[in-house]
Amino acid sequence: MITDVLNFVLPYEFSWLAVVFFGTAAVLYVRGCQALKETGQGEHPGRQLLFWLGLLLAYTVLHTRFDYYAQFMFFIHRGQHLVLHHLAPILLCLANPWRVLAAGVPEGRSRLLLGNLLQSAPVRWTYAIVQYPLFAGVLFFGLIFFWLEPGIHFRAMLDQQYYLVMNWSMWLEGLLFWWLILDPRHPEQSRTLGFGKRILLIWFVTIPQLWLGAYIATSREPLFDVYDVCGRAWPIDPMNDQLLGGILTWIPPGMMAVLTMLIVLRRLLHASNRPATA
Amino acid sequence: MQPLWKPAALVFTVLGLLSACGGEKVQWEGTDLSGVMPDLEFELINEDGDAVTESDYIGQPTLLFFGFTNCPDICPGTLASLSRAIDRLQADQQDDYQVLFVSVDPQRDTPDRLREYTSAFGPQFIGLTGTQRQLETLNKRMRATYGYGEPDENGFYNVSHSSAVYGFDAEGKTRVLIKSELPTDRISADLMRLAQL
Repeated sequence: MITDVLNFVLPYEFSWLAVVFFGTAAVLYVRGCQALKETGQGEHPGRQLLFWLGLLLAYTVLHTRFDYYAQFMFFIHRGQHLVLHHLAPILLCLANPWRVLAAGVPEGRSRLLLGNLLQSAPVRWTYAIVQYPLFAGVLFFGLIFFWLEPGIHFRAMLDQQYYLVMNWSMWLEGLLFWWLILDPRHPEQSRTLGFGKRILLIWFVTIPQLWLGAYIATSREPLFDVYDVCGRAWPIDPMNDQLLGGILTWIPPGMMAVLTMLIVLRRLLHASNRPATA
Repeated sequence: MQPLWKPAALVFTVLGLLSACGGEKVQWEGTDLSGVMPDLEFELINEDGDAVTESDYIGQPTLLFFGFTNCPDICPGTLASLSRAIDRLQADQQDDYQVLFVSVDPQRDTPDRLREYTSAFGPQFIGLTGTQRQLETLNKRMRATYGYGEPDENGFYNVSHSSAVYGFDAEGKTRVLIKSELPTDRISADLMRLAQL
């Protein structure tokens, strides 16, 4: 029983990157919540829940036994990317954790250094380029297409380095993109992207993805033979695996796009009901 | 447009560098695995039921294939294809190769059964199997896996396993991945390249 639990919780392939990234985020968030509570500006429990849910989901698909199944079943791999590229980043961005994370950074040199680094020209320029709407949109669906190109997908599943780059590029890109869409700051006051443009951008990235998901799901030819080459986690008809994977690429992202659109629309109506100076 | 092409150029450079790693280039018919996967290493059980390791097989080009003797199509098809590819080589070179058929179904595939099964394909074919832990370790090393289906009323169960052949040079370095459907003459060509390394 205990070994079964351990078997699921422990990573299939240990990664320092995952330990450092998720460990740092968790420690900063806990520290930040405590620090803010002491000043009487504690974080709303609902947002805390969203944060932990998003972080836990991303960690689970990246660094537990789930990753084993994702490596050897196409449809579970698509589920993994659904979490990394959509669900977990959306939850994290809805939690708007930056205030808490910033409060969690230790006082003194490290805080100063981090502040300087984030304010430095290269970081700000890179961020501005990556978050330039057209570029961000093309990058968002471009990465999905890139990693699902059969030749590249073959290599990514066979080569551990490629595999790591694939998963982490999807996860970090997901965080960037959904922050662009779900940034709660007012567009006019904070110079964030206008609400109308955000809705357009969601359309812009979702339509190609819907097409790709439908293409995979309805394809009569096996597209990704790497799962035959490496073996599947259990015997399953390869075409069923591909069909399920196509549906996971197609339907849930479409639903999430609609939901995020509704959130942005609500914010747009909310903002226009209030004077801009409020 | 400058802000756009710079990161794009960087991404392509990095990807180019990633794909370029791995040392000397050989033009394979299959997929080049140099630098992608670790070298041959395992602890298994041979057709006599004795414990063996990779050191018992290093010294000549080796092909490795995972399967099970009850396999209806892929295993006999692939092994027969390898057998034909070896037959096409010059007669004095055919015994320079060895094909390790690693059964991932140790419950049904006893050493005796493996011996009987592999002998049908030729003297180069060697049956191996092991404990679940040994088999899992070797599969993970080769970025492969296997799994068992539910048994039917006769107790027959299906096994999912890797369908590819891994090619190692005489030093045990992982070199090439040969898909089972590759035409025989192209497999023969890769076998010759393996021996020339």
